[in-house]
Amino acid sequence: MTGSRSGHGADAVTNGVLVRADRLRFAYGQREALSDVTLAVGRGEMLAIAGPNGSGKSTLLSLLSGVRRPAAGTVRLAGRDLAAYGRREVARLVAVVPQETAVAFPYTVAEMVLMGRAPHLHGIGLEGARDLAVAERAMDRTGVLVFADRLLAELSGGERQRVIVARALAQEPSLLLLDEPTTFLDLRHAIEILELIAGLNEREGLTVVAVLHDLTLAAAYFRRIAFLRAGRLVADGPPLSVITEATVRAVFDAEVRVAADSDGVLTVRPLRREGR
Amino acid sequence: MAVARLTPLTWGRLLRVNGALLAVLLVTLVAAAALGPVRIDWRRALDFRAQVNPDAVILLRARIPRILLAAIVGGALATAGTALQALLRNPLADPHLLGVSGGAALAGVCALVFRPAVLGQAVVVPAAAFAGALASTWVVFRLARIGGRLDSYTLLLIGVIYNAFAAGLLMFINTVVDLYQAQGVLFWLMGSLANRDYRLVGALALYTLAGLGVLLLRARDLDCLSLGDDRAAELGVQVDRTRLLIFVAVSLLVGAVVSVSGMIGFVGLVVPHLVRLAVGADHRLLLPAAYLAGAIFLVWADTLARTVLGATEIPVGVVTAICGAPFFAYLLRRERWKTAP
Repeated sequence: MTGSRSGHGADAVTNGVLVRADRLRFAYGQREALSDVTLAVGRGEMLAIAGPNGSGKSTLLSLLSGVRRPAAGTVRLAGRDLAAYGRREVARLVAVVPQETAVAFPYTVAEMVLMGRAPHLHGIGLEGARDLAVAERAMDRTGVLVFADRLLAELSGGERQRVIVARALAQEPSLLLLDEPTTFLDLRHAIEILELIAGLNEREGLTVVAVLHDLTLAAAYFRRIAFLRAGRLVADGPPLSVITEATVRAVFDAEVRVAADSDGVLTVRPLRREGR
Repeated sequence: MAVARLTPLTWGRLLRVNGALLAVLLVTLVAAAALGPVRIDWRRALDFRAQVNPDAVILLRARIPRILLAAIVGGALATAGTALQALLRNPLADPHLLGVSGGAALAGVCALVFRPAVLGQAVVVPAAAFAGALASTWVVFRLARIGGRLDSYTLLLIGVIYNAFAAGLLMFINTVVDLYQAQGVLFWLMGSLANRDYRLVGALALYTLAGLGVLLLRARDLDCLSLGDDRAAELGVQVDRTRLLIFVAVSLLVGAVVSVSGMIGFVGLVVPHLVRLAVGADHRLLLPAAYLAGAIFLVWADTLARTVLGATEIPVGVVTAICGAPFFAYLLRRERWKTAP
């Protein structure tokens, strides 16, 4: 991974908006999780959402995927209100990669990826030639074709996450949502997943919105970062302007040093309270 | 492009696996008809010209309806277990263990208090048992789901407690109301296939095939639901509606079965597990295969129940419990080991 990925915003204007969240509100019982979040993501954009635990990141993602309905406000996907879509219709446009996938049953890798075709099938329907071709291509792109007949439970966390990305691609989505996809992965596998996502975004123009915790990783791979705090959007822009010591202090209550190297890639490191 | 080819589920594989199981089931049915405390002479039994024909009476009035009943009951329980396991994401779920059968039996007994005629027995009692099963499934599910999360062990404990509660009420009703004929509480608690009415067998076949049909149409949704509610929604499943539909189908299977044969445990636990080992977890294949394997399993269990002690018959629920309980313990330890930190 070399070079910066600058130039955000331009995509949104030239390629049009794919998903637009307008004054979203959501509450779990009495606890308000999101208040007044407005956000537009252009086609081909790659957006990272960061913020402290409980700031509403995952909630925002679940509103964008239509799994939860906002208490107020609207999400428009490809210009149409998400509430007007059928569940299967949304699943053909939006795919989600969760933090972790727990399987209670012995599914093989191929079976898991083919589940991504479920929103395209009908009745008891078995997959046809096209479904297989799409799934196979997804597995090829994520490098999991060699595991096709292995059980999902036998794979390592990183391999498993690549299978889930393959399943998401098998849905043939326009929008890929990732909810802390690297949380349970070691550094090598985290980089592997982010490289994969960035490659899909660059080569195929897939629109990506990911919740990420690691600001250094986010800055390295994403051209646009949005910060949530207490259910509100508090910063939104390219890494260089958003990830600053002052913003990080305000959003996370954490003291850090932010350094940019010669090619503009940011590093965020903690500022230790006591001497070394 | 790709080197390896995916081996998907094809109609060919569906037909091969289920065809093989169907062949085993047919052999099982014939073998079970031949086995019993009384040896029957097949040539004499099938000689329809004879006026008095004890062999034909044993075969056609006692064994065949019973064997057919065992096959339908076994298939229905195994299918219900398979669907419940996927929906609750728990390979240890079983209609009996979760108290679904208990609730069905309780409602069935309540209906029997009104002493229905044979037609009533084919309609009123199953309808009541169906309602009981549905209510129980819902109650157990709601009680076990705490804060939107469904913990495996909470679910099993709630099921055990609910089951004990239903069994207690069952015995209470049995004490205060004089149930007619020999249909005492033991029949409901231990399970029996000693039914000799073809009309009941026919009605049961109808109910269970309807339940199986609904589940087959939702097989892909069951795969998705077994990954979790949100995962299923992300894959295009309308979770609440689909879950309700599957609860209804499972309750139809369990209610119909319990109203005719009482509570037969562990079939819905053992059979899905073994079939999954053999054919994998894809519910489009697993559900029909579990139905056929469940039929085979229970016909043999019942053959054992009525032959092993000569003329004395063991309730079939006793046989399945003796086989199934140790199996459950084994699965529980294995699951626990797998999920331990």
